[in-house]
Amino acid sequence: MASISLAYKVARPGFSLDVAFDTQAAGITALFGQSGSGKTTLLRCIAGLETATEGRFIIDGETWQDANVNLPTHQRNIGYVFQEANLLGHLSVEKNLRYAVKRQRQPSLNSANPIRLDDTVQWLGLSDLLGKYSAQLSGGQRQRVAIARALLTNPKLLLMDEPLASLDLHSKAEILPYLEQLQAGLNIPIFYVSHSPDEVIRLADSIALLQNGRLLAHGPVNEILTRTDLPLAQLEEASACVDGQVVSHDDRFHLTYVSLRGGTVAISRRQAMVGSSVRVRISAKDVSIALAKPENTSITNVLPVTIAEIQPAPDPAKLVLKLAMDGDYFLSQITRLSAQSLGLGVGKSVFAQVKSVALMRN
Amino acid sequence: MTDLDLNPLWLSLKLASITTVILLLIATPIAWWLRASSRPVKSLAAAVATLPLVLPPSVLGFYLLLLLGAQGPLSPLLNQFGIATLAFSFPGLVVASVVYSFPFALQPIQNAFEAIGQRPLEVAATLGASAWDRFFSVALPLAKPGLLTASVLSFAHTIGEFGVILMIGGSIEGETKVLSVAIYDHVEANEYHQAHVLSGVMLLFSLLVLFALHFLNNRASHGDKPGGNIGGVHGG
Repeated sequence: MASISLAYKVARPGFSLDVAFDTQAAGITALFGQSGSGKTTLLRCIAGLETATEGRFIIDGETWQDANVNLPTHQRNIGYVFQEANLLGHLSVEKNLRYAVKRQRQPSLNSANPIRLDDTVQWLGLSDLLGKYSAQLSGGQRQRVAIARALLTNPKLLLMDEPLASLDLHSKAEILPYLEQLQAGLNIPIFYVSHSPDEVIRLADSIALLQNGRLLAHGPVNEILTRTDLPLAQLEEASACVDGQVVSHDDRFHLTYVSLRGGTVAISRRQAMVGSSVRVRISAKDVSIALAKPENTSITNVLPVTIAEIQPAPDPAKLVLKLAMDGDYFLSQITRLSAQSLGLGVGKSVFAQVKSVALMRN
Repeated sequence: MTDLDLNPLWLSLKLASITTVILLLIATPIAWWLRASSRPVKSLAAAVATLPLVLPPSVLGFYLLLLLGAQGPLSPLLNQFGIATLAFSFPGLVVASVVYSFPFALQPIQNAFEAIGQRPLEVAATLGASAWDRFFSVALPLAKPGLLTASVLSFAHTIGEFGVILMIGGSIEGETKVLSVAIYDHVEANEYHQAHVLSGVMLLFSLLVLFALHFLNNRASHGDKPGGNIGGVHGG
């Protein structure tokens, strides 16, 4: 957990950035927005790679930038993972890693327990790559080295600029599990730039939503995902990610039961300890509404909910419903016609039938 | 095969080696500075640096003679060091060669630095490397093919120098009588045999140098390492 206060203004022909927010950063904060929204520029400002017209960055009382101070990049205690891995081409993998170790900045959040080369190499499975050069590696391997190298600077803040965007599907699948473990295994706050809702839902703990260089909203991931006034809930693939706990496994039907705040849902059998915390993804498209608890249906996941909001969807035939279950929320996309015939309105108690629930991470 | 004097050969090699070392030391920081300069500054610098390419060597030699001579503008400065004149001396040849071969050192190094781009330097900065550190640990190693090309070209161009040397150094045995001048003298004196041998040496040497250059250049362009492009440099 790190207390961060930031404010940046950048003015360039055809583009301006004006973003300020304070946050208790823990886990992964996604800087999310379309291309041109300023998310990469903001990340580069934080790293000191971009010159801002006005800038302020304070982390745990340590000022990196304000009206009087502007630390050069090499004096900011950051790790930075670029979109392209950018390994130093004249150095082997091992020397790339040692380049970071040699220049580790002190003091650091983890100075009592610094990240060690051997551990990082083992965790990211790099032992067989140590003698190789960037040109001999696959995209996924390169990005793994880049992540290790950024961690070995012992950073106070890890900045990642779309680390998956330039990878093919196979390499993406290779890197994602590491990113999921990253925030669980390390006590380092991460700012993660992305334009992929899917990545954000899988990885983020909170979201800073950017549009045209302005901050639209900022908060815990599910709060932002389910705010119907924001663009994420308007997407065709809009989803909520709800926290829950594994309660039991059913070996006969190969199911795992997960308790959410509003009830219990069944998902395909997964390797997860009973009692462990998980995150499940509920796509708005997969949620339908019934007035009475449905019987004789193939859908097993039925949750009693209250309609918190009703908003028009981009498709004029459809509506987006925000459903509340005991303080947690998810979304449903239904047609205007059904809403009319069921007589739906804000505050009404209904049953949400969830066709499929996906486990996002343990 | 009478009294073939190899002194001019050694003198040429000495002159070329010293000139190359000095050029690398001068051209590298200038190339680094030019890499990030604005376009007008870059163009002006390129114009000044490439002037020796287009001027006839006699013109260049003439101005250098005036500059370095006993009555030249530099003579008060030289006198302070107890030097009357640099004209017709080996140090004078070194100064002239540095000026004459400068574009051959600057351009490949500048090309190499520009080919590296900002990104590797940004990466190094995020890993905690200061500006000096970045220059020595990232820029120089990545520009190695360009530095090699610059060395080979400077060396070869200095060996092949004739007009400028004749203007500023004349033909003083053991001091300014380098290979190319010696060949000229032999021909003047009707000593065709000696001229043949020395010219042969020169021919073979040039061939070797060009082979080495293209070999290095190919290797650099087949690898993924930046720099080393000699396409932009005019033949000397």
